[in-house]
Amino acid sequence: MLDSNKDSLKLEAMKRIVAMIARGKNASDLFPAVVKNVACKNIEVKKLVYVYLVRYAEEQQDLALLSISTFQRGLKDPNQLIRASALRVLSSIRVTIIVPIMMLAIKEAASDMSPYVRKTAAHAIPKLYSLDPEQKDQLIEVIEKLLADKTTLVAGSVVMAFEEVCPERIDLIHKNYRKLCNLLIDVEEWGQVVIINMLTRYARTQFLNPNINEGSGGDKTFYGSDEDEDEDEEEKEKNPYVMDPDHRLLLRNTKPLLQSRNAAVVMAVAQLYFHLAPKAEVGVIAKALVRLLRSHSEVQYVVLQNVATMTIKRRGMFEPYLKSFYIRSTDPTQIKVLKLEVLTNLANETNISTILREFQTYIKSMDKDFVAATIQAIGRCATNIGEVRDTCLNGLVQLLSNRDELVVAESVVVIKKLLQMQPEKHSDIIKHMAKLTDNIQVPMARASILWLIGEYCEHVPKIAPDVLRKMAKSFTNEEDIVKLQIINLAAKLYLTNSKQTKLLTQYVLNLAKYDQNYDIRDRARFIRQLIVPTEKSGALSKYAKKLFLALKPAPVLESPFKDRDHFQLGSLSHLLNAKAGGYQELPDWPEAAPDPSVRNVEVKDSVRAVGTVTFRDTGGLWDLQGPQKVEGKSDSASGSESGSGSEESGSGSESVESEEGSESEEEEEDEEEKNKKKKKKELKKPVQETLTILHLVLCLQTIAPSSALKNYELLHRITGEGLSVEYCFSRQPFSPDANMVAVQMQFTNNATSDTKNLHMEDVKLQSGMRVKEFPEIGDINVAVIKNKRSRSCSKFFVSIQPPVGELMRPIFLTENEFKKEQGQLMGMNEITEKLTLDAKCRNEHAIVQRVTTAANLSRVPCGSDKECRFAGRTVTSSSLVLVTVATKEEGAAQLTVNCEKMLIGTMLVKDILLALTQ
Amino acid sequence: MIHSLFLINHSGDIFLEKHWKSVISRSVCDYFFEAREKAVDPENVPPVLQTPHHYLISIYRGKLFFLSVIQTEVAPLFVIEFLHRVADTIQDYFGECSEGIIKDNIVTVYELLEEMLDNGFPLATESNVLKEMIRPPTILRSVVNTLTGSSNVGDTLPTGQLSNVPWRRAGVKYTNNEAYFDVIEEIDAILDKSGTTVFAEIQGVIEACVRLTGMPDLTLSFMNPRLLDDVSFHPCVRFKRWESERVLSFIPPDGNFTLMNYHVSSQNLVAIPVYVKQSISFFETGPCGRLDITIGPKQTMGKTVENMMVTIHMPKAVLNANLTATQGTYTYDLTTKVLVWDIGKLNPQKLPNLRGSLSTQVGVPKPEDNPSLNIDLKIQQLAISGLKVSRLDMYGEKYKPFKGVKYLTKAGKFQVKMLCTAHFSTNWRSEYI
Repeated sequence: MLDSNKDSLKLEAMKRIVAMIARGKNASDLFPAVVKNVACKNIEVKKLVYVYLVRYAEEQQDLALLSISTFQRGLKDPNQLIRASALRVLSSIRVTIIVPIMMLAIKEAASDMSPYVRKTAAHAIPKLYSLDPEQKDQLIEVIEKLLADKTTLVAGSVVMAFEEVCPERIDLIHKNYRKLCNLLIDVEEWGQVVIINMLTRYARTQFLNPNINEGSGGDKTFYGSDEDEDEDEEEKEKNPYVMDPDHRLLLRNTKPLLQSRNAAVVMAVAQLYFHLAPKAEVGVIAKALVRLLRSHSEVQYVVLQNVATMTIKRRGMFEPYLKSFYIRSTDPTQIKVLKLEVLTNLANETNISTILREFQTYIKSMDKDFVAATIQAIGRCATNIGEVRDTCLNGLVQLLSNRDELVVAESVVVIKKLLQMQPEKHSDIIKHMAKLTDNIQVPMARASILWLIGEYCEHVPKIAPDVLRKMAKSFTNEEDIVKLQIINLAAKLYLTNSKQTKLLTQYVLNLAKYDQNYDIRDRARFIRQLIVPTEKSGALSKYAKKLFLALKPAPVLESPFKDRDHFQLGSLSHLLNAKAGGYQELPDWPEAAPDPSVRNVEVKDSVRAVGTVTFRDTGGLWDLQGPQKVEGKSDSASGSESGSGSEESGSGSESVESEEGSESEEEEEDEEEKNKKKKKKELKKPVQETLTILHLVLCLQTIAPSSALKNYELLHRITGEGLSVEYCFSRQPFSPDANMVAVQMQFTNNATSDTKNLHMEDVKLQSGMRVKEFPEIGDINVAVIKNKRSRSCSKFFVSIQPPVGELMRPIFLTENEFKKEQGQLMGMNEITEKLTLDAKCRNEHAIVQRVTTAANLSRVPCGSDKECRFAGRTVTSSSLVLVTVATKEEGAAQLTVNCEKMLIGTMLVKDILLALTQ
Repeated sequence: MIHSLFLINHSGDIFLEKHWKSVISRSVCDYFFEAREKAVDPENVPPVLQTPHHYLISIYRGKLFFLSVIQTEVAPLFVIEFLHRVADTIQDYFGECSEGIIKDNIVTVYELLEEMLDNGFPLATESNVLKEMIRPPTILRSVVNTLTGSSNVGDTLPTGQLSNVPWRRAGVKYTNNEAYFDVIEEIDAILDKSGTTVFAEIQGVIEACVRLTGMPDLTLSFMNPRLLDDVSFHPCVRFKRWESERVLSFIPPDGNFTLMNYHVSSQNLVAIPVYVKQSISFFETGPCGRLDITIGPKQTMGKTVENMMVTIHMPKAVLNANLTATQGTYTYDLTTKVLVWDIGKLNPQKLPNLRGSLSTQVGVPKPEDNPSLNIDLKIQQLAISGLKVSRLDMYGEKYKPFKGVKYLTKAGKFQVKMLCTAHFSTNWRSEYI
């Protein structure tokens, strides 16, 4: 049927084949017939052929190569979905020969303009890595590139690739750390899990332990009293610990995810908080984890395991939710046992009575395994909390009369452990138990009773020999462990009370000598040599009593979950309590914090910066987060923006190259633009396309408030054939050259068509001026742009005239320094002008505002409120500029400018005068 | 990540397998079968198993095991959550998630699995996106398909992955624009033998069915949002708005979805809608016992309690029950020892009562375990916590949608511990206090 011309027949055939694959039947014989159809036009057939290929390509490598060219063609397809699926299938074919082709395809796709294709590229990385680990270095390069991607679609997948290929290269994360934190909430659920787990490890290597001041106190609170914890708190207050702002950023941005519907995300955040947050803040996760307990039983199982570990370290956290761990009769046994574990861990003096009452009802359950676990739990509570030991013991003793043997046996074992702690007080219980030997048949319980009697035979001197007598009678019918304990009992009695028991012991030892089990024969021989004095017996028999009746330490009943927290919570390894393959150890906190500045994102080359463009459905409005000097807060600007309207936060982001014009420090310069236009097809009417260069006003590092940026027009939209250009002085240090002034340009396309290839030509500079050109701005690629219609190029002559106030950078001076410097710049260097202040600008705030808008200066603190002082340096020559505005009554004021460059001084006076009087 | 997936039915046959990386022999499942044998009850199979070379993570849903094979470290919840999502998707597509349905649609299921994971990492799990790539079957289409020979694979390429809102497909059109919200609350409670509440809480969920044209932006606000103590949202809900204004603001996915889950703060006293008077006793002397249960309404806010059903897991020794019910019918399953009493509507004037004798096995000691009583009920038009939706606003689109809110209260895990006056008079509770 596959050779048929009809698509419908082909489809039917393919469906049958895929059904065979799904059922696990071998369909590899059909490979040649199927692979022929790889180029089939029908998309449904094609899909199924792909499915087949991915499954069998490994087995039929030679034939699979036939299909490769189809995918290579697909990689160049204009439709991003076809590109993506071609890459997906190509990378899924596990044939070593095509490794170079795959590598090439991945590299190409990593710089594809569609984020969906880039996501697929990220997925392909681990596939290639597992096929050929030698490509690692090249793949790391690709990962590095993709990590810098700013779309939420890619983030999760690339971190996944990072985790599989190079989890040790933590240095790749530095630059992207803040971005990942800020994008996190918009990443799809699965990506969130992976990113959070990775960031947990990252944070452990980069930040200091927030609980460092508490020392090891946290560990000691295990079963300790609450007072310990209070002390810890106090201690913490004494030595304030300062958290790295990035550490705080991570905690803050992950917290909302506790509200996710996805249990895996909640767990990931919970483990992050458990491992990273200060003790006082960890509590927030308890509520979310308790919520997960209402989910599917498998989820409960995993969550309870993790909660059990957490309760050991931080008991207080879950105490308010004690009742949520109460057991229902409908829970599966494994869940019941885990809940019991948690309840036991949570028990303390205050809640023990409620917990025990609850336990008491559990004992009557029908689920015997669960009852046994409950008895064990009571035993643990009793050992840990001294006050209730006696009540527990009494309760357990009463259980001895229970009809169910399993219950009795379990109780005996637990009682044995409890009695070991204080045997003196409880000889009556031992007596009671001795009576039980007649009834109890469970070997473990019998053995425990015998051991108890032997160990404390001094407390029950009358009964012990009698028990031995009975046991000797039934010796041959006993189980092995019971036999061993009978021998032990006999030996101990012989040593303490040889008069009464000598013959009995001999008898028992003789029986044991001919037992079938070699352990028992060995034991009998060993004990006989040790306790029965003969001529041959050496020095050992002297010590027999010491050997047998040594004081044995009471067993410690502890949780199986103790110390499990060295595994990262929520991980497979933690669940199994064994290291799983590929598990990345959670590193210990560093002694000293590594340099936090590695996370600062610098604009390496400010002429080119990659911005994020988000598409709003309200029309073709583009937001471009353009050139930024990103410093700390800058990313949060974009974060808050995407939070305000989630339509932007979606996946429609595109990277666009933008520019930052930069230029020399002197006055004028010419610049030409060349425009090409293309038309947007989808939107029929003229669309306003605005490239808003969101200037990051949040750069807190600079001293001057840079909020007062003024825009100047460079090119009007009518003269510019629809293109208008505005520029402003960003007042940011221009990193490639500190002696230059950064100019930021904003291009707005008001035309019906798109603009292409913007660049500068024929720059004419005045003497002493330099300009750093920006590279041509490539066409603005948008997925929706289809019909490109070019027009002839246009050139525009424009000039930029920076006001003198922009040619300086603010500096910080104290009042005294200011006065000292001013004293040195008197005479020729001082220009004074009297003025009348504008009616709106008579208060101090307005003056400061206007002066800083006119000139890039910073304010100098000043004692009197009549005077405002400002200071700065020129960018090129670093000569000092000092400005003083002294106000008098009724708006009269005096402006003084001190500057060693007289020209600059006069021009500045003019500018400030204008600013203050208008 | 997830290496392979096997679907295993109740009797232990593997009827579907899917490998995302190289093929793993199905013999790996033997370890699972071993654990399955040991656990007796399918619910007790440990979800995570370790084998020499692989790790097996499984879930049990609809009498099927979804067994995934893992080779390296991965968060177990990640896998479990994903497997449940697979089951949800199958349910969403075909109406139920059972062996028969999957076998009938094996090609579609296989394609779905192919789309959901890429190299073991989840790719598309949103049902809106999946439905665009692989269309769910309908009766009409299956008829058309058999005639024309086309399949359920979409002809046009999806745009969902690329739309601004990943969970909503673009270009939705309806002639009737409707948005329905169901507020469903469940009471989880454990009542003591004497009827006092040991533990009670309310779990709520808001299920939405939204069929609106275009890209609507909805805002749902409550009269009393303070009631809500702990919430979890569908990813479409803007968390910041909730934090600051306590309103749900979201662009909904198309069709049915769960908008939010919540938990009502435990400070508020939970109203228990019914009370139960019960006693069960076994005589020391003869092979029989007595059972007497009466149920009456307690705090129902004037609404009628419907669909009352009482389930009791009897001790193993109980052979048969000979009871009379004043209302409804009862059944006793001899093999599972489950007594089910279906009451129906609760009439406050005439309280339903079930009494009679139980026959126990001769020669077996008296049952000493306490059976517990599970109650199932429904109250229409009432959210027992008192939560009320105040309004629903729509932005972004011009038409007027039809809006509706329904309330429903159900019993969740509602358990009453039974008073068993059997042999065990020694009650050691007093010693603890």
